[in-house]
Amino acid sequence: MFNIERWQEIFETIRKNKLRTFLTGLSVASGIFILVILLGFGQGMTNGVAKEFEEDAANRIIVWTGVTTVEHKGLNPGRFIELRNEDYDLLIKKYEDDLEFKSSVYRIWSGVATYKNESGSYRVEGVFPDYQFIENASLTAGRFLNYDDHNGYEKVIVIGHKVYKDLFGNKEAIGEQVQISGINFKVIGVYSDPGGEREESRIFLPLSTSQRVFNGGNKVRNMGFTLKPQATFQQAVQHSIAISNEIESFLKERHIVAPEDDSAIDSWNSLEEAKRYYDLMDMIKLFFWVVGICTIIAGVVGVSNIMLIIVKERTKEIGIRKAIGAQPWSIIGMILHESIFVTAIAGFLGLIFSMALLEVIGPNIEIDYIVNPSVNFNVAITTVFVLIIAGALAGFFPAWRAARIKPIEALREE
Amino acid sequence: MIEITDLHKSYVMGTNTLHVLKGIDFTVNEGELVAIMGSSGSGKSTLLNILGMLDEADQGTYTLDGTLIHNLNEKIAARYRNKFLGFVFQSFNLISYKNALENVAMPLYYQGAKRNERNEKAMHYLEKVGLAEWATHLPNELSGGQKQRVAIARALASEPKVLLADEPTGALDSTTSYEVMEIIQSINDEGKTILIVTHEDDIAHMCKRIVNLKDGVIIDDSKISQVRVKATSHV
Repeated sequence: MFNIERWQEIFETIRKNKLRTFLTGLSVASGIFILVILLGFGQGMTNGVAKEFEEDAANRIIVWTGVTTVEHKGLNPGRFIELRNEDYDLLIKKYEDDLEFKSSVYRIWSGVATYKNESGSYRVEGVFPDYQFIENASLTAGRFLNYDDHNGYEKVIVIGHKVYKDLFGNKEAIGEQVQISGINFKVIGVYSDPGGEREESRIFLPLSTSQRVFNGGNKVRNMGFTLKPQATFQQAVQHSIAISNEIESFLKERHIVAPEDDSAIDSWNSLEEAKRYYDLMDMIKLFFWVVGICTIIAGVVGVSNIMLIIVKERTKEIGIRKAIGAQPWSIIGMILHESIFVTAIAGFLGLIFSMALLEVIGPNIEIDYIVNPSVNFNVAITTVFVLIIAGALAGFFPAWRAARIKPIEALREE
Repeated sequence: MIEITDLHKSYVMGTNTLHVLKGIDFTVNEGELVAIMGSSGSGKSTLLNILGMLDEADQGTYTLDGTLIHNLNEKIAARYRNKFLGFVFQSFNLISYKNALENVAMPLYYQGAKRNERNEKAMHYLEKVGLAEWATHLPNELSGGQKQRVAIARALASEPKVLLADEPTGALDSTTSYEVMEIIQSINDEGKTILIVTHEDDIAHMCKRIVNLKDGVIIDDSKISQVRVKATSHV
């Protein structure tokens, strides 16, 4: 490898066979180039989708209960599981460090609201003040519930925009009394929700009030949480899944429910939805990889082909060299040395050129779903080496065969 | 220098076996200039290829400069070729992308000589065949005679014991043939052992001994009075 005479010989051969060298180099360089660009755009698409998704992804977890379907520890199926305030208190204490906003929800089933002559049936829920952020609601008038309302069992409500339209038309609603199931509540705020009409046809009141006024005792219908932000999206997804599973199994254990009984206690987290999106992205990435690898295979085949042709073309030369005293291994060495040298240089040129292109145009690309295409340098460099090794292998066998041909036969070749 | 006894060689061609050499006994002393003659199919090229270790005999012994040549593997054959033999072919067999000097220097590369030494020696032999000023030309820029002279210089460069020439003038017109033969004669005058395969009578008579082959056996082996080529001025 460090034989200067050999290097001189190879440089001479390369210099005098420019077209051959150029074609070998071109196939290698373009293979690498295409692969890097493809992988770069695969990464760009992932980045792009992540960006689009993170903008409105709420890292929300909801836990709710139902009827058991599995016999567990001697308890028959068919029990209705109810969460309690204590469950909530335990949970928020246990996950103090993980949870950002938290609220339990008590739902009043027949929520008929009446104002003067107008009335309608709405979802009426007793919640904590944090619920505003869990629901991502913003106020268009008045204020949301606060802890004073909660502690004082105040009979106050916050109504959705749809409710406001139905009951009040365009009149002032703040301070007005609305009857819910015959009990008067004072409207203290109107909210709007990005979820639209369905989300805006709800009425919120303090949890404590709802439990006391509607005979809820300390029952809780469901619980909603949001998690504190994590450094990366992937971490957030992992964290979200982990916490929601933990909460679910914690509650299942507390309420003597079989771990697999999801109809008794179940949870949902929005990041798991996001993760599906990410799985799709992984598929797209995989697709890019497959295409890229096919490109590399095409490149390898191309290099092999050229190596075969080179050896064929040089058979006579090999015969001459053998007639004047070349050892078989020196011939194999010469051919491989040259091919490795050419593929290596061309491979790195393709790599440098494509990475430079990504580097330059990457940050300037302004297309939806493609953000900052880039490629992992290690991956790219590995492919270069794969191509070099493949080229060397592809060259080795014909070279080896050529070196074994009797010189007299090689010389007869015209 | 060369001693062969009872040499046999046959080629298998499909179902037929072609017995080309049928027991050749043949001795060449140092400094001889031998022409091997015969019509095509007489086995003369096969004999030369065996002498040149480009091909192997089926049977018989071959001693070259006191070394018994047998059971050659590629590696040893390559070393012997480099050490003992210089080849001149009918079709010159120069490497097309190397210039005259580089072609001549190539055997020296395989002897492991350093670059400067190679070029110096190669230049010396190019001068000897009168092509010093053509050193940087590629083979396709040379005439047939010039190419053959480059090939002779290359064959001499490794300072072989024996020079083997297979129809060295076969592709040349008579004027250039005589030029080539003149060089061969002058090399022989310096004491080099040379074997030439030819089917041209006039070329054969420029040697010192003619061996006639027919159907794989030597039918005639006699020393002759050499016809000297008139000194012509080289280009």
